[in-house]
Amino acid sequence: MAAPKKSVAKESGQEKANGSPPEFTKAQELAALRDMLLIRRFEEKAGQLYGMGAIGGFCHLYIGQEAVVVGMQMALKKGDQVITGYRDHGHMLACGMDANGVMAELTGRRGGYSKGKGGSMHMFSMEKNFFGGHGIVGAQVSLGTGLAFANRYRGNDFVSVAYFGDGASNQGQVYESFNMAELWKLPVIYVIENNRYAMGTSVTRSSALTDFSKRGASFNIPGQQVDGMDVRSVKAAGDEAVAWCRAGKGPFILEMQTYRYRGHSMSDPAKYRTREEVEKIRTDQDPIEQVRNRLLAAKVSEQELKAIDAEVREIVNASADFAQRDPEPDPSELWTDVYR
Amino acid sequence: MPIQVLMPALSPTMEKGNLAKWLKKEGEPIKSGDVIAEIETDKATMEVEATDEGTLGKILIPEGTADVAVNTPIATILADGESAADLGKASAPAQAAKAAESAPPAEAKAEAPQPKAEKGPAAPPAAVAEPDPEVPAGTEMITQTIREALRDAMAEEMRRDPDVFIMGEEVAEYQGAYKVTQGLLQEFGARRVIDTPITEHGFAGVGVGAAMSGLKPVVEFMTFNFAMQAIDQIINSAAKTLYMSGGQMGCSIVFRGPNGAAARVAAQHSQDYSAWYSQIPGLKVIAPFSAADYKGLLKAAIRDPNPVIFLENEVLYGHTGEVPKLDDYVIPIGKARIVRSGKDVTLISWSNGMTYALKAADELAKEGIEAEVIDLRTLRPMDTETIINSVKKTGRAVTVEEGWQQSGVGAEIAARIMEQAFDYLDAPVARVSGKDVPMPYAANLEKLALPSVAEVVAAAKAVSYR
Repeated sequence: MAAPKKSVAKESGQEKANGSPPEFTKAQELAALRDMLLIRRFEEKAGQLYGMGAIGGFCHLYIGQEAVVVGMQMALKKGDQVITGYRDHGHMLACGMDANGVMAELTGRRGGYSKGKGGSMHMFSMEKNFFGGHGIVGAQVSLGTGLAFANRYRGNDFVSVAYFGDGASNQGQVYESFNMAELWKLPVIYVIENNRYAMGTSVTRSSALTDFSKRGASFNIPGQQVDGMDVRSVKAAGDEAVAWCRAGKGPFILEMQTYRYRGHSMSDPAKYRTREEVEKIRTDQDPIEQVRNRLLAAKVSEQELKAIDAEVREIVNASADFAQRDPEPDPSELWTDVYR
Repeated sequence: MPIQVLMPALSPTMEKGNLAKWLKKEGEPIKSGDVIAEIETDKATMEVEATDEGTLGKILIPEGTADVAVNTPIATILADGESAADLGKASAPAQAAKAAESAPPAEAKAEAPQPKAEKGPAAPPAAVAEPDPEVPAGTEMITQTIREALRDAMAEEMRRDPDVFIMGEEVAEYQGAYKVTQGLLQEFGARRVIDTPITEHGFAGVGVGAAMSGLKPVVEFMTFNFAMQAIDQIINSAAKTLYMSGGQMGCSIVFRGPNGAAARVAAQHSQDYSAWYSQIPGLKVIAPFSAADYKGLLKAAIRDPNPVIFLENEVLYGHTGEVPKLDDYVIPIGKARIVRSGKDVTLISWSNGMTYALKAADELAKEGIEAEVIDLRTLRPMDTETIINSVKKTGRAVTVEEGWQQSGVGAEIAARIMEQAFDYLDAPVARVSGKDVPMPYAANLEKLALPSVAEVVAAAKAVSYR
């Protein structure tokens, strides 16, 4: 089994989570590979469409971070809620939202999840319990705490997962939410996706305490640092956090140590880091390659893996095709959905 | 010389209270800091401490007396060496008693004796008020404070719908900083009446998140001044999500609390947010004046599937009015009310601005000018039709608001009148508003900063060329 040579955590001077992660079954490995590949190929296609001018505005790609949302999703059950910030395409696909609907929203077409009125940062699916897609950094943390509040109010055993980045971790409302969540023992998992850069500012330049798993310490919220490039580690940590929340013990913080390969948004030349830094992590740490190498080592045939590649490419190509063919919203849609 | 103890003002807006109990008897010695009496305000029972030393010479207001006006002498304290014979010489000190430490926190921030500022009538004058079309003829009316009307509205909606809950600072155990949520904790329990930490941005977001998942929160801000901390969640999350989700995910939530100037609480606690929120598509904005409207519109707001900003006025909380005794009194959002009919000039206002408008109408009537007074009640959606129809009749209009003039609600009303009734106007629309300054603290300056009846009268005469 090919283990990563050097962890992202060590690269960034952070401590790596202890112990090696529990093994996945072959079925789990295949499922994780497929879901991560779908996100990667989808994002690559979105980047391509952006370059062609088919997608406008802001477009924040999730490439490199796929293991976080895919591993977490494997720890959840139907009925649990997910909410995140603006780097949200991966979360939507992982929640099972239709690639056509997501891509058509990116191109601003009527078949998009928000009828073309939300765009990259604002998509939702009540059916899949995906609560957005929020463009204001940190807002989703209070909102996700509110989802957990509702679960508690209703007396069900669902948990909500609020994703945010190392950048959002410095927003005040995050700590207001931490306080209430612990005070009221709300079943919310705060997943901090530490990709080491808040736009162009590295965590060491923005954060007095760079161990984000300790950010809940003054509220007594337990936290864990997780190798967010290894989908098995993510799932294991997710399982633990979910169990904690479902048992009524309150919130849990998971710091996912991860990395984004692309710029903050499409217009970011990423001059704040070296090409070598990115290349090194791509080579040594890639979450998809890790799974692929393990599967190959376990004698899964190249052919089987290629079939997954093909299936994913077909979904993504179809979504790109749909998103460019689908008409723009009817002009009358300008005035709908302001009130209900 | 004997010292008079005066009825103390125990909050910025207190005008009178009940002398519940004397804890000292005539002839008993008194030290500074002794609790000498208990006073009931409309919010709470408060203890009165002596600030002077001596002997309680004479009790001037017996216990059990209701509605004792602030600054009325309630007792006389004899200094050492003085006797009952000296009682006739008593003179009042500037302030002989102070509130005990337990004053509500919002008010403790700016505790001061209540100035004898102009105050609104208990309700729109009954003689001129048109009955609301929603109330069947012959309906029994009960007299209630606006505070009680609000509480009843919430309690009724909470009984009706288990998804309705209230959250905010001091709403539960403290019974509300302004006692609007009095008794709700006892009836509905801590699951549905939730005290939050002082964390406006956070709890507004928690409320919106809960609403996104289908609950119907009533979020109380101790005052809307503090909601500026939360305005991102109100506008970016609550107001815009329905649109951004293509109609998939809405947010049924009420943000409520006192808005605008109270009394002597200065710039940071005296801002009117009517114009701010009324600009935002996706929000509904309600700012009632009468007790009945407070009740009927709050019930409508709680039922509304959209985010609603419900602007209350602290000065009005203790005012009483007639509220229809109906099982389910709900007033449609977005309908203005013609409170007083007239043919000469239209006065348009809402919330406490109505106080000035109605008094001005009385003054104008003495001079033979019949003013029509419109209470907008809802600012968004605005009932333009009622305004335009009135202006078509009178040809003249004056807007009255406590907020600032620039980009204010009055500016919006004036623009709509110009767009839709220009040919009917006999004079440019006039605006009476709060002055273009932060609210000053000094009593005289505060009075100058707010609109006045005289300004409304002058504006109405100006547009009437009289």
